[in-house]
Amino acid sequence: MSRPKWVPAGTDLDKPNAARVYDYYLGGSHNFAVDRAMARKAIELWPELPDIMRANRAFLRRAVQYMAEQGVSRFLDIGSGIPTFGAVHEIAREVTPDARVVYVDRDPVAVAHSRLLLKDDPLSEVVEADMRDVEGLLAEPAVADLLAPGEPIAVLLVAVLHFITDEEDPEGIVRRLHSAVPPGSMLALSHAGLEGRPDQAGPHQDLYARTPTPLTMRNRERITALFNGFELVEPGVVYFSEWHPENPAAVEAHPERMVGMVGVGRRS
Amino acid sequence: MNAAPQQAPSATDRFAEAWAALLHGRVGDHGGTLTPGTKRRLVARTTALLHRARNEDPFDPALAEEVGALLVHAHYTDPGMLARVVELVQEPPLAEGRGPELAGAFAVGWAVTLREQTLHEQESIRLAADTARQGAERALNASEARFRALFESAAIGIGIGDLEGRILEVNPSLVELFGARTEDLEGRRVDDLVHPEDTPGVWEAYAELISGERNRFQVDKPYYRADGEVVWTNLTVSLIRDEDGKPQYQVAMLEDITDRYRLQERLRYQATHDALTGLPNRAAFFERLEALFEDPAPGARLGLCYIDLDGFKVINDSLGHEAGDQLLTAVAGRLAGALAPTGHLLARLGGDEFVVLLEHCRGEQQAVSVAKTVLDALSRPMAVGDNQLSVGASVGVLERTVATTTPMAAVRAADLTLYRAKEEGRGRWTVFDPGRNALSVSRYAVSVRMPTAMDRGEFFVDYQPLCALSDGSLVAVEALLRWRHPQFGVLGPDEFVATAEETGVIMPLGRWVLEQACGQAASWVRRFGAAAPQVNVNVAGRQTRAPGLVTDVARILSGTGLDPHRLQLEITESAVVGRDDESLKTLHDLVGMGVSLAIDDFGTGWSNLSYLRDLPVSGLKIAGSFIGDLNDPDRDEALGWRIVGGVVSLAHTLGLTVTAEEVETEAHAQRLRAMGCDWAQGWHYGRPVRPGEISRRIAESGLTR
Repeated sequence: MSRPKWVPAGTDLDKPNAARVYDYYLGGSHNFAVDRAMARKAIELWPELPDIMRANRAFLRRAVQYMAEQGVSRFLDIGSGIPTFGAVHEIAREVTPDARVVYVDRDPVAVAHSRLLLKDDPLSEVVEADMRDVEGLLAEPAVADLLAPGEPIAVLLVAVLHFITDEEDPEGIVRRLHSAVPPGSMLALSHAGLEGRPDQAGPHQDLYARTPTPLTMRNRERITALFNGFELVEPGVVYFSEWHPENPAAVEAHPERMVGMVGVGRRS
Repeated sequence: MNAAPQQAPSATDRFAEAWAALLHGRVGDHGGTLTPGTKRRLVARTTALLHRARNEDPFDPALAEEVGALLVHAHYTDPGMLARVVELVQEPPLAEGRGPELAGAFAVGWAVTLREQTLHEQESIRLAADTARQGAERALNASEARFRALFESAAIGIGIGDLEGRILEVNPSLVELFGARTEDLEGRRVDDLVHPEDTPGVWEAYAELISGERNRFQVDKPYYRADGEVVWTNLTVSLIRDEDGKPQYQVAMLEDITDRYRLQERLRYQATHDALTGLPNRAAFFERLEALFEDPAPGARLGLCYIDLDGFKVINDSLGHEAGDQLLTAVAGRLAGALAPTGHLLARLGGDEFVVLLEHCRGEQQAVSVAKTVLDALSRPMAVGDNQLSVGASVGVLERTVATTTPMAAVRAADLTLYRAKEEGRGRWTVFDPGRNALSVSRYAVSVRMPTAMDRGEFFVDYQPLCALSDGSLVAVEALLRWRHPQFGVLGPDEFVATAEETGVIMPLGRWVLEQACGQAASWVRRFGAAAPQVNVNVAGRQTRAPGLVTDVARILSGTGLDPHRLQLEITESAVVGRDDESLKTLHDLVGMGVSLAIDDFGTGWSNLSYLRDLPVSGLKIAGSFIGDLNDPDRDEALGWRIVGGVVSLAHTLGLTVTAEEVETEAHAQRLRAMGCDWAQGWHYGRPVRPGEISRRIAESGLTR
């Protein structure tokens, strides 16, 4: 999987890409025919997918807002994809106008797009890096700058760790991020869960297996274990809508149908 | 913030409530992704616009269009949303006919904005894709340029070929290695590059690689250069696969190892050939003989003719060694000529002893006819200097099935049979007779006595100094086993170790020497501390092959309290050349314990230089015969020194400490020092002596220091 730094990543537009498929689910047009074909196929098999993606986006929004309210003003969004609307810097700045955000993605197209979008924003940076090489990611100047003052930062791993296979050691990746951030830093994480819709897990993973970003859904225990070293904020690891709902009515009758499990933790 | 109410407040509020509920609702709930503040502002603004659009006269479609645009900007882009809005804005109370107008205007605003946004987003993602692609292309160009530079300037020869075996591209180093032009090589086929000396299996490995069954292989391979010369290379061929694992290309990397190979060949030739006669020597003979026993076909037979010249000693003593050597050379020539048509191996075992090995013997008659051929060949006088010398010979003939004997037993039996031929009156051949063999064992009495000799304390250990060539200081001592034989006097290891190995006595004897040497070395350390020498102990091949050496060494080290780093075990090339995994593991275990290993008598075995790289040895002792030969006026001294120099530099490349054995003069010591040889051993630096003498030496060096 690893390639030397000087061998460029391909920009293979013949294959669907998770970031652009996600954009399509959210009703965006930052996508190509291959992405739409894949998304439509997925929706055909699992009609709730767009709702799931929106629920994920809504969690991102609530989590960023929560962490900003806790006083964090530095954000590291790993696997940021195409931050079209409700991007981290927009949400955070509603609370903290000078919030800094570093967006990280390994897809060159997503990175190029983010750069176009953020070229006039002095407090946002976009980095092309692969989280499977955490040391390389942390060594990127923009990331190093974000960490340099030693202030707490918020690490966002939203809908990204399920693109890390077991062989690529997601626990190890989070562990290394944990040791790199100062105390008081926070981790917000969402992850495709296995228990919510066991009937869908197999076919859905099969569909992603053909993309450059195969999907590994995990159970609650594994997802909770990812927070090792972080103190989980109430209510712990739960389904999307159960996490800090804006009003009780926003929690639907069967939150597990949205399958995504989320949580926010604080490094002590 | 609202305009003055013209309708009943309750109706206005009802509409505003329904509108807010729609924007907060689950239909196309992109709203969940908006911050509460953003959403609040959106609801307020759109409510106000709709209020005016519904109530103001004249009807201004721009107001409803703006609401459509605002919703799209906030990503309310789900078509289901459009349907609900169209329905809701027409809810009464509403002026006559305004409903469809209002809904239409909203739809226009929504559609136009959505279309613009879609086009904009498509454009921006295309732009991003192009930017990314250009970036990737630039990076690819840069990496290609780097690769190209690497390819062009690599010191190693690199060639790229396709799967049909056509050479597609070669780098300058490869061109130089072949002494050819680029166009001579590109387009040629890989399988044109065969050489008669190719290692068996190399082309099979190549076929497996091409078919994708293996990913790489490495081998030493000769090639013909354009000028017809041969270049020896260390060749690595790798298979390059595409992303899906399908084989695409082959890449060959060739390193010129001709010099190393020639040195190795020279060493091997020297090690396997008798310098005087050019015949295969004792080592080569035993190598071939032992090979017969490795995997014999059922019923396989072998024959041996053991030849000894009659009266050679007389000629040597009366006409001088030079004449003796000339005679031996002439005999060798005669025998080689006579036996050449038979294809049997003729070797000189030493002195005036020769042997013929019949590898696939058809029966006793064939062996006897070889013996007759030998005697016939020597029947005519030979010209030596001005003399015509007649020299006879005796031949002991042994012919057996391979399965019923062993190499050593066969040679011993042939030797005894020769002895009988001599006794029976020279100039004849005698065939082995098992019954008579039993009577002739006196010569091997040593083996009988050896076990009891251990119990009677007839063995003892002497120590010979190894000194640093740089300053002559004592760095190590080699433990040398001695046998005070009641009849024969003091015997050196050369005289009984081979027999001890054959009979197995070497096992307890080897342990005993280790115990003695380690105990002595530990006592020197206690007495002299850091000035105490390392102790070197010889380990026989049989010991390394037997289980238990590692535990023995560990037990002895802990029993004597000797630091493992002060113990070096000397192993012979033959002990490791045919190395099986087990003895290799033994060696690694010893090194793991902290004990170091040195190759003893380097240059007398097969001298396969490549195995040195793989063995866990840290030292190499150049066989005494090399240095000894430098005194011999008949030998090409310059060549001898070149070989020694070659060995030293090779050993240093491998990080080995080199000891020269049998250094007898200061002149040789100087020369070896200049070559960078590390340590020396030999009479110039001290003979084997009793341990007390070594103690005295250490004490003295401490005083002068």
